[in-house]
Amino acid sequence: MTAEPTLAPVSAPVIETQRLSVFYGATEAVKSVSIKVEPNQVVAFIGPSGCGKSTLLRCVNRMNDLVPGARIEGDVSFRGMNLYADGVDPIEVRRRIGMVFQKPNPFPKSIYENVAFGPRINGYRGDLEALVEKSLRHAALWEEVKDRLTVSALSLSGGQQQRLCIARALAIEPEVLLMDEPTSALDPIATQKIEELIYDLKQDYTILIVTHNMQQAARVSDETAFLYMGHLIEFGPTNQIFTNPAEERTEAYITGRFG
Amino acid sequence: MSNVKATVGRFEPRRTTRYTIGQVFRTIFLLATCVGIAALLVLLLDVLNEGATHLSWDFIRSYPSRFADRAGIWAALIGSIWVLSLTALFSFPLGIATAIWLEEYAPNSWLTRTIQMNIANLAAVPSIVYGILGLAVFVRWLEMGRSVLAGSLTLTLLILPVMIIAGQEAIRAVPTSIRLGSYALGATRWQTVRRQVLPMAMPGILTGTILALSRAVGETAPLIIIGALAFVPFVPDGPLDSFTVLPIQIFNWISRPQPEFHAIAAAGILVLLAVLLTFNLIAVLLRNRYSKKL
Ligand SMILES: Nc1ncnc2c1ncn2[C@@H]1O[C@H](COP(=O)(O)OP(=O)(O)OP(=O)(O)O)[C@@H](O)[C@H]1O
Ligand SMILES: [Mg+2]
Repeated sequence: MTAEPTLAPVSAPVIETQRLSVFYGATEAVKSVSIKVEPNQVVAFIGPSGCGKSTLLRCVNRMNDLVPGARIEGDVSFRGMNLYADGVDPIEVRRRIGMVFQKPNPFPKSIYENVAFGPRINGYRGDLEALVEKSLRHAALWEEVKDRLTVSALSLSGGQQQRLCIARALAIEPEVLLMDEPTSALDPIATQKIEELIYDLKQDYTILIVTHNMQQAARVSDETAFLYMGHLIEFGPTNQIFTNPAEERTEAYITGRFG
Repeated sequence: MSNVKATVGRFEPRRTTRYTIGQVFRTIFLLATCVGIAALLVLLLDVLNEGATHLSWDFIRSYPSRFADRAGIWAALIGSIWVLSLTALFSFPLGIATAIWLEEYAPNSWLTRTIQMNIANLAAVPSIVYGILGLAVFVRWLEMGRSVLAGSLTLTLLILPVMIIAGQEAIRAVPTSIRLGSYALGATRWQTVRRQVLPMAMPGILTGTILALSRAVGETAPLIIIGALAFVPFVPDGPLDSFTVLPIQIFNWISRPQPEFHAIAAAGILVLLAVLLTFNLIAVLLRNRYSKKL
């Protein structure tokens, strides 16, 4: 990245959006959303299907650049740097802000190669084997796969594949982790493993997670953002959102009266 | 139980009829398959019956002759291998590169769509037209003469559209989620193409290549037009030598009145089939090597 941050105060937000709007052609999928995410926080994004959660998430690591016809207005900054300023390289942004997708998408290669891919393409100079092991341990998968690192990642179960994708994202040592419904394709046991994992990862990372599961949002997140039809309706500490929401619509959604 | 009865009342399953219809179609598909296989078998048996006795090492190693019992296929065999190898060498990289550009790089503009449409049209142009083009461009204008090189370049033009389209289909079959996964790890477009998309598309690309090259090896018309000779008592030493190929040699023998020549034409067809089979085998082995890595 060209624009180096000026000495930011320690508690500066890691991610900040200012009046961020996203358009697909003429439709406005995200409407003037402003949020601040502090370091080592887990922020949950909730809201009915189609309200713009994935779109918002994709803006944070510039994956929306890859969607034909997508356009943004407003600002997204990462540690005080405007991510959409001229000269900012999306490749570098994505290395520092990792992403895990809704459906596990391991590469059709060995387990080892899946994790090693990111470090390799980014010119990692250290001990690759050690890094792969560390990432797999971090994603709570090492014990299950350590004896078969060379077998195809496609032979893993869905939950294992998703943890592999998390390990893969961790291997490039990002500072922020974006997770778009990481457990929606998983059974309760795999889900629980990943939730525990999120709790552990919080020590080292800032995490933005999209979920349709209210209990999950309540369990794993420190803060919750409720989106509705592209608008940010309410954003605040999770326990407050779930016990004493300020907005009628938030309450209606989390108690299951619509959505 | 009452539930089951209610269901029976509102639905009319007609299971016997549905099974019968299924059986009918199954039989139709089976018969269709048999027609193809039977035709192929009859052809093969007929050729074997006529040509097998003439197939000998001498036949393979001899040059053409006015006397059927001395005539051989060596010049045409080596000529075909030359032409096929050069054609593969030219068309494979060109075809893949074009397919990659169209699928991974080209903007979605009217220009791209026009190019795309024209490639599809080119695939349907009769091969003789490519012969005329090759004659004008390679033989005369670029002064390559009636050479192996001119023949290979003409065949390259001929099969390129098919190669490109097959390559595109293979590349398109790679799921978007794989590309996104790669980009999300900070990969550039080229790294994504090189390390994720191409390895996954390679089996499909190779299948397309096999089909295209099989077409090239059997082509006669365009090569006759650019002047491949029918009577070549030598093998080409280099890409600028004149040449003949198996189908031309076979055609030449078939069109003679003497029945002995018809028999050695059959033997020539067997050699042609063997060349085709060898090429396919190589491609299948390559493809399996790629598929196994997945
Ligand atoms: N690539 C795209 N092209 C055009 N419109 C899109 C595209 N992706 C999303 N949209 C539209 O933008 C809006 C928000 O979509 P988004 O995927 O962000 O919703 P979401 O909140 O993640 O929904 P879900 O919970 O179902 O995943 C929707 O109306 C959708 O139709
Ligand atoms: Mg979504």
